[in-house]
Amino acid sequence: MSTRVEIGGVGIHPFGRFDGMSNTDMGVHAVRDALAEAGDPTFDAAFCGTAYGGVASGHKVLGALARTGMPIVDVEAGCASGGAALQLAAGAIRAGQYDCVLVFGVEKMPKGIIRSSFFEPWREEAGLAATPAYFALRAQRLLREAGLTKEHLADVVVKNRNNGVHNPNAMFRKAVTREEVLASRVVCEPLHLWMLCSPNEGAAAIVLRRAAGSNGRSTSAAGVTLASARLRSHLPGSVLGEATPLSGIDDAHITPPSTLAARDAYEEAGIEPGDVHVVECQDTDAARELLAYQELGLCAPGEQAKLLADGETSLGGSRPVNPSGGLLSKGEPLGASALGQVIELVHQLRGDAGSRQVEDARVGLAHTVGRGANACCVIVTR
Amino acid sequence: MVARAISEGLFELHDDGTIALIGGYSPTSGHHHFPRLDTCPYTGATDIETVALSADATLWAWTAVTAAPPGYTGRVPFGFGVVELEREQLRVITRLTVADPAALTFGQPMRLVAETLPGESGEPAVTWAFEPRR
Repeated sequence: MSTRVEIGGVGIHPFGRFDGMSNTDMGVHAVRDALAEAGDPTFDAAFCGTAYGGVASGHKVLGALARTGMPIVDVEAGCASGGAALQLAAGAIRAGQYDCVLVFGVEKMPKGIIRSSFFEPWREEAGLAATPAYFALRAQRLLREAGLTKEHLADVVVKNRNNGVHNPNAMFRKAVTREEVLASRVVCEPLHLWMLCSPNEGAAAIVLRRAAGSNGRSTSAAGVTLASARLRSHLPGSVLGEATPLSGIDDAHITPPSTLAARDAYEEAGIEPGDVHVVECQDTDAARELLAYQELGLCAPGEQAKLLADGETSLGGSRPVNPSGGLLSKGEPLGASALGQVIELVHQLRGDAGSRQVEDARVGLAHTVGRGANACCVIVTR
Repeated sequence: MVARAISEGLFELHDDGTIALIGGYSPTSGHHHFPRLDTCPYTGATDIETVALSADATLWAWTAVTAAPPGYTGRVPFGFGVVELEREQLRVITRLTVADPAALTFGQPMRLVAETLPGESGEPAVTWAFEPRR
């Protein structure tokens, strides 16, 4: 059996809007908390996820803490940046290169529709850099193919925002009703404003280390194992895939990157989708969460409506999804959001998630996907 | 006098006001793509022929953009969607001339047209769009 990688400590700076706070300020907050929880270890390397932070974002954070000298690598993988950083760190520990690695993510997103250097200037000028419109097209196809309605999309928002009420680190902490969601303005049919997550600001940090005695008992108070962290990119051909091409040939038979990442993660962790107790998934928009259900193997294609209606993915259901409130409640600071999900799962597995606790959660799955395309799945166990 | 194309190499503008998208075709992969690249984006093949893509299509997905996205100075709302070119079976991201989603249906026949936008610098720019075929 391979080296066991454990989570030594976690730290988070709340996700939201923080005028006057820099990426460095927020990163310092998260990193200091994670290191303190891990017993202030010496770490051999640091990986920092960020998409908009700019050159040497990770160095700035660790420089402020006078904790430099080791290799520091910034990692950009769109919405999966933090997950990519986690995969690199875990892989290096398993390979025997390092014993302890600091992984963190920082982001301070501009308000409104994300402007991305991904799009050529002409594509912006033509109005084709309308990110929510691509989400809307994907949502429309999912509604058609899975027999879903706008009410189902609203119900995802209601579920996640209800959970977010109990998360002190979330941006939106007010419960909403289906009627209120459907009354919010249409951004791109069928997506209303409240069905879309807000790009925002925040930071998150995780200390990973090789467990003493590879197959032995956990040595950390946290007691949580990083069973797998797997990043994948897209296969070519899908016009509506997260790679956001201008044309495509097939959207039915090409395995999406989220499924590729999930299969890898399940295999490495030695589990099946049915073994997962709690999920944090990419709800960039409400339809994205419902698409994730089938991509991650939580249900067969087209069975989302039943899963939602039966409350299986709600708190108290058989397998809650996004007990943290999801990105719909937390907002999405790209570099930090994947690590924020993993931190939520760590709290769920430790049993200290308070009023949003999933009872007896011992296996958690985190999922992020976004432009590139990049998809990452992380499995934690206790 | 024809306004500038929004970018070179995407389409041909004809004197009669018609427009044709320029794509690539690889005989070894058997697939078309758009915009034209020097390699087939599905197989990596390098035997790329430049082809004028068909102007007839069916509607595959659509929405309307209600707020100006970054770098866009044209009117809102505007239609936005995916059409499937009938001859090539290629799905293409496109502006749509219809900005009311309720006025469109799946599989509706569509036709390629030229659309002039104000342009970011104030100099009008021509791009492509699809409109319902009657």
